[in-house]
Amino acid sequence: MRGRRTVVSALTILAITSVTACSAGSLGSSEDTDGATKITMLTDADEGSQSDAKAMVAAFQKANPGVVVDVQAKPSGTDGDNLIKTRLQTGTMTDVFTYGSGSLFQQIAPANNLAALTGDAAVAKVDEAYLPQVSVGSDVYGVPWGNAFAGGVMYNKKVFEQLNLQVPKSWSEFLATADKIKAAKIAPVIQTYGETWTSQLFVLGDFHNVAAAAPQWAADYTANKAKYATTPAALAGFEHLQEVHDKGLMNSDFASAKVPDGLRLLASGKGAMYPILSGVLPQLEQVAPDNVDDIGFFALPGPDAATNGLTAWFPNGVYIPKSTSGPKLEAAKKFLGFVASPAGCEVMAASNKPTGPFMVQGCSLPADVPQVTKDIQTYFDEKKQSPALEFLSPVKGPNLEQLCVEVGSGISKADKAAALYDQDVKKQAQQLGLEGW
Amino acid sequence: MNRALTRWGLGGLAILSSIVVFLVPFAFIVTTAVMDSRQAGEFTLAWPRQFQFVENLTTVLQTRDYLLVIAFINSTVLTVVSVTALVILGAMVAFVLQRRKSRLTGLANFLVLTGLIMPPAVVPTIWVMQKLGLFGGMPGLILIEITYGLSFTVLLFRAFLATVPRELDEAAIIDGAGPLRLFFRVVLPLLRPVTVTIIVVQSVNIFNDFTNPLYFAPGDQNATVQLTLFNFQSQNLTSYNLLFMDILLITIPPLIMYLLFNRQIVAGMTSGAVKG
Amino acid sequence: MKRLSPYPNWFYLPGAIIYAVLFLVPTLLSFYFSLTRWTIFDSEFIGLDNFVQFFSEPALVKGFVNTFIYAVVTSGAKVVLGMALGLLLTSQIVGRGYLRAVVFFPVLVSTVGVGLTFQVLMNPERGAINAALGLFGFDGPGWLTDPSLALLSVALVDVWKGVGLATVIYMAGIVSIPAEYREAAKMDGAGPWAAFRKVILPLSWPATSTVVTLSLIGGLRSFDLIWAMTKGGPGFTSDVIASVIYKQYQAGFYGLSTAGNVVLFVAVTAVVVPLTRFLASKEVNA
Repeated sequence: MRGRRTVVSALTILAITSVTACSAGSLGSSEDTDGATKITMLTDADEGSQSDAKAMVAAFQKANPGVVVDVQAKPSGTDGDNLIKTRLQTGTMTDVFTYGSGSLFQQIAPANNLAALTGDAAVAKVDEAYLPQVSVGSDVYGVPWGNAFAGGVMYNKKVFEQLNLQVPKSWSEFLATADKIKAAKIAPVIQTYGETWTSQLFVLGDFHNVAAAAPQWAADYTANKAKYATTPAALAGFEHLQEVHDKGLMNSDFASAKVPDGLRLLASGKGAMYPILSGVLPQLEQVAPDNVDDIGFFALPGPDAATNGLTAWFPNGVYIPKSTSGPKLEAAKKFLGFVASPAGCEVMAASNKPTGPFMVQGCSLPADVPQVTKDIQTYFDEKKQSPALEFLSPVKGPNLEQLCVEVGSGISKADKAAALYDQDVKKQAQQLGLEGW
Repeated sequence: MNRALTRWGLGGLAILSSIVVFLVPFAFIVTTAVMDSRQAGEFTLAWPRQFQFVENLTTVLQTRDYLLVIAFINSTVLTVVSVTALVILGAMVAFVLQRRKSRLTGLANFLVLTGLIMPPAVVPTIWVMQKLGLFGGMPGLILIEITYGLSFTVLLFRAFLATVPRELDEAAIIDGAGPLRLFFRVVLPLLRPVTVTIIVVQSVNIFNDFTNPLYFAPGDQNATVQLTLFNFQSQNLTSYNLLFMDILLITIPPLIMYLLFNRQIVAGMTSGAVKG
Repeated sequence: MKRLSPYPNWFYLPGAIIYAVLFLVPTLLSFYFSLTRWTIFDSEFIGLDNFVQFFSEPALVKGFVNTFIYAVVTSGAKVVLGMALGLLLTSQIVGRGYLRAVVFFPVLVSTVGVGLTFQVLMNPERGAINAALGLFGFDGPGWLTDPSLALLSVALVDVWKGVGLATVIYMAGIVSIPAEYREAAKMDGAGPWAAFRKVILPLSWPATSTVVTLSLIGGLRSFDLIWAMTKGGPGFTSDVIASVIYKQYQAGFYGLSTAGNVVLFVAVTAVVVPLTRFLASKEVNA
């Protein structure tokens, strides 16, 4: 009997505490919002994304006392993307939200779900190059959130200096460089399949070279006329990955290493070149704060040094769903206008270290950005960059990372993986109901 | 003599192997939780170079305006209400299902299994909830947890009801007990071990659920404890020390609950269990 | 006056209503969507195309084989270890309370945490497991990176995480055995093995049948730990059907993934329904 009483009283105590605290809702942030228009914003839950959003909101509220923005959170990655689709579909989206641009943006049926901003002051300062990434036809739906970034090779400048090496501008130079590094008992190419997405860089980051060899390729690819397996320039990315594996140029723990492991290897000089997205810069700062400026960045080289250039990724966008209306819509537009203004860029630049250029007119990078960002900016300044394929075509298969892991691990060969990826892509195009598939 | 050998020998052996099998992984979780972020990113089982217990603890607690505290309250409310309802509703269904064979039995058994096998369809469920005005709040979420937990509960109760002799029912019926009294006063008390087991298991499931709160009651005001893990993870930067501190914090309260309830499962042992 | 049954059908009602509205209706709706091209924002009826597409997945056969291996290994181990631990933890051994706590602790830890922990411990170069094997002169394998081992390694971790649950159910089962039966066995001079075979095994059958059913369904359907530890890799070598479906869902192929769920449902039902019939037929009524 004693036992039962313990259970009952434990339950009672729990029930009482919960009922009394039930209506708490939120702790800590119960500011007075009398008379102000209150809008909600959804962005990633992690510390970096949240502090960016909070900083932006604070600066915005200071400039616009009539509006209060409440920042909410979602998981990052595909979990979060699915949540966004679900909330848009069910009409339960927040007033403002951040989400991918380019092909990801096209997947949320913008014309049906988002408020058009065409001609609005909010989009007046958005960079021309960015507008297509958040537009359907002639209608614009978003403004950039954060910086552009790049897919290419982070490299250890000290290792390059010691071995007297130059940044390789063609694939043959890259292999020659790697051989010299290997001779010095340093891992030439770092791969980290403990986080599978990193395996795709050789393919996705090679797109500038594909575009240089075949300028119409993205359009043909979208129209089901060009394939990875049958276009030599496109197949090259897979082949390079296989070559790096076959020649034994990788770090020994490539199969299990994660991004922090790879960055640590790079920063310590035990590895020399790491094909990766520049978006991992915050991790580099965490892993090796003293070595950040030893690390530089170069584009994945293609067959021809003359056309050497960078594959660039556009920043996410900030959007307003159709379900937002009236004064909230006005307030939300005001907020987007602030984000896409020099004042907004300043807030962003102060909140985190930029990973590449801003996509807003009148914004420039501060002088103290890391070396990687400076190197990326140079490619942009010299106009030697192309957008990644996912910004030119809605067609993207979901299994590329697993296929690349197979090639990079020696489980599979380049041509086989490319052919399988073409099948994967076909499935995606059919599932999304694209024309011509 | 033999008894003492079992008691000490077997117990000692079990404790030794538990150290290797269970305590080593726990040690990784605990040490990572008190490391600085740099060492935590090295992914090794190692002694912390710098103890940051208090610092990590306060950071995790304060993240996003004490979201973890709100999440604890939400998870607790959700768990207590849903599990209470689950036990009562599930036991009622199982009782009739096990005792009374009818045309309904086969269908009901199949539907119970369906609930275990078929994953829920998220978007259609949201549509139904929106039609009923249940979407986006705690009441709707509680009903969802009851729905998804019902199959497991019925299955377990039904299996254990077979151990309660029918003669007992008949005796109670002769004494003039109606169905409600028969069930709540006579049968349910005899199912204490399995009831406590169900309470423990379902509490763990619901307390640790994050998919359903994420989709059916979005928004920070409804956040549950597992959702706070997303605060420390992203593609570009994961704070592993804070992530593991959070994991530790949200694991300890249910562990204490388990230990309290567990004594109930085994309490029956000494008191002679079910009198047949 | 008609005599009312002591087991009235209205006992079904409260549970059945909630279940029908929030589970059966949406599930039936989703069956329709498995016949459509569904991007969440609109849907177009395409007949059985999704099923055709699903059966032409390159990883499908491997996925079915892996699903079967994973389910058999995890549920088998959970039944055997769960019963052993259940017996151990209801007997009079030292450190019982401590052991009950540690065995159950993994059940409480989130999958993300378990996945990360074992990725670190199973790391081929720096992990504690291979370091320990090294002390005995063994060269440990790449637990999660060797294509032929990855699935079994995850299954092992799944058992580690889930055995506490099986143990608790067995403890309830063993405790529910009327003490008289054990006493009787003892009086008859039965040794521990005979007592186990003649009394404990048959009378804890409810626990066994529950653990078998639950862990088999769980093993056939689960992918969260696989996802957290290998993402189905290296490559596709540890993919199970559920992780193939999850990848389709993540890619936004909602119609296709719903069709996959229907296929998986039929397959699991085909295994589980006969099994539950068999388990029920072995039941001893007290």
